[in-house]
Amino acid sequence: MDGDIRNNTYDDGTRDYETGEQQIRNFNINFGPQHPAAHGVLRLVLELDGEIVERCDPHIGLLHRGTEKLMESRTYLQNLPYFDRLDYVAPMNQEHAWCLAIERLTGVEVPRRASLIRVLYCEIGRILNHLMNVTTQAMDVGALTPPVWGFEEREKLMIFYERACGARLHAAYFRPGGVHQDLPNDLLDDIEAWAKKFPSFLDDLDGLLTENRIFKQRNVDIGKVSEQDALDWGFSGVMVRGSGMAWDLRRAQPYECYDEFEFQIPVGTNGDCFDRYLVRMEEMRQSAHIMLQAIEKLRAPEGQGDILARGKITPPKRTDMKTSMEALIHHFKLYTEGFHVPAGEVYAAVEAPKGEFGVYLVSDGTNMPYRAKLRAPGYLHLQAMDYVAGGHQLADIAAIIGTMDVVFGEIDR
Amino acid sequence: MTEALKELGSHIEMKRSDCVLGWSIANGELTVDVALSSIKGLVEFLKTDSTCRFSTLVDITAVDYPERAKRFDVVYHFLSMYQNHRIRLRVAARADDMVPSITEVHPSANWFEREVFDMFGLLFSGHPDLRRILSDYGFRGHPLRKDFPTTGYTEVRYDEAQKRVVYEPVSLVQEYRQFDFMSPWEGAEYILPGDEKTDSKEGAK
Repeated sequence: MDGDIRNNTYDDGTRDYETGEQQIRNFNINFGPQHPAAHGVLRLVLELDGEIVERCDPHIGLLHRGTEKLMESRTYLQNLPYFDRLDYVAPMNQEHAWCLAIERLTGVEVPRRASLIRVLYCEIGRILNHLMNVTTQAMDVGALTPPVWGFEEREKLMIFYERACGARLHAAYFRPGGVHQDLPNDLLDDIEAWAKKFPSFLDDLDGLLTENRIFKQRNVDIGKVSEQDALDWGFSGVMVRGSGMAWDLRRAQPYECYDEFEFQIPVGTNGDCFDRYLVRMEEMRQSAHIMLQAIEKLRAPEGQGDILARGKITPPKRTDMKTSMEALIHHFKLYTEGFHVPAGEVYAAVEAPKGEFGVYLVSDGTNMPYRAKLRAPGYLHLQAMDYVAGGHQLADIAAIIGTMDVVFGEIDR
Repeated sequence: MTEALKELGSHIEMKRSDCVLGWSIANGELTVDVALSSIKGLVEFLKTDSTCRFSTLVDITAVDYPERAKRFDVVYHFLSMYQNHRIRLRVAARADDMVPSITEVHPSANWFEREVFDMFGLLFSGHPDLRRILSDYGFRGHPLRKDFPTTGYTEVRYDEAQKRVVYEPVSLVQEYRQFDFMSPWEGAEYILPGDEKTDSKEGAK
């Protein structure tokens, strides 16, 4: 498609001899890769008829780091931090999929406390992602205040990340068999205080955007996706929920302990950019609600206990290492050779904030994955760009990219 | 869960016995082995059949097994949002086989097939636009094949003198660190440098 020699005639001001009409050709422009509304390194080759987009050819791969190839020569544990670098807006949700895949192949049961901590931090990740997406999308369509407000809240959440694992972004906190460290009680108190205040922040954001005339003009009826489109193009997450299907992996195919949490799944009716915005706003409220439940459960007596399923795939306790030779050897072997995963293949998917993030893991019984395929939701969303954006104005491209929620860390891998 | 999958597996095998080579359930997932030529027909069947209704294509990828004659496994994942189940289809293919494209059934297969072509060099017949997708413009080779080195063959840098980006053969300042963590008594056949000469010497004697 791109780079073809097209038999276009050029608008050189000449007129057709017979009809007297001016010769016009469609205009090709490059959108990105440095355009701020491209949300990273997206290059779109757009064919414009006046201001209407006729064809949209996304060129991806500018951030391709060969993660899948690199993973084949590293141990399972060494591979974990690569997942933070996929969708760097909500890092822990990706790690979760990797841990689930390993746990399903090795048949390890995660302790209850670790499971609750995972739910808590996955929901923090969801809010991190949606705050980023909603506010920067608003900036793409002209609102300047929301990102400033949103990033303030994101900052608070990233401090919670930091207090749990020491890193603000690249956490490497979820481990096969549990989570790396236990949470201190005062951290739980602070998260609870934040989650209680958060809905009022959302009300403020709501007041800025939802009834805003400019925001609605730029989003209502833009980038409409019907139910059939969503199926044909393999959408997941907010992209299908915005189109009216109540599909959420947390509810439909519960993983971890999501089945014991009470939450609602918001759905849109029109499947346009505005509905997707509304769905994201409501999902943040639901996430805050889940976080409060998770904290409650973490404080209950059943929520106490170890945070790692002690065994072959997890390190021994520090205190054991001081007294037990076997524990010391195990620790050494775990961090050099790594653990072995039984041969087999598994596909583990989680409801990441952007949609279904999946890991297809093929193990050959050694300490390194034979093949790991990372299924990123944004890849399919961006693929439909040509279909969704066709017939829209050039300015709507920014709005559509915004609500598709693309992040190139995960698309290019 | 497993019961339902068993039922689904035997249903598919019964309806399309010409396509299905075998099926199995492992780790709570249904895997169906399919003949290369019949993949498109089966995918269409899975999409339309009322007990299957695999309306969403989740993923297409490939796995390379260089020691096999049919070197690649092309792996398809499908999801039914209506019946709430998943399925995995596996197709074995030679490196020079043409895999039938399923873009007509699932438009979303487009980029996945491009990616498999880019990463493994498998060709898809009937694909509307089989270009490379993730690798660099003008890239050569197929990175996810097992015989492709992790370091690659070329590296890129900005040349101050020529004022442009230049491509050069990879030169590593330090040997690429590929550790062998396996216990010496468990696996890993060690070949010491120079070992390969011993056999020929003995032959000469």
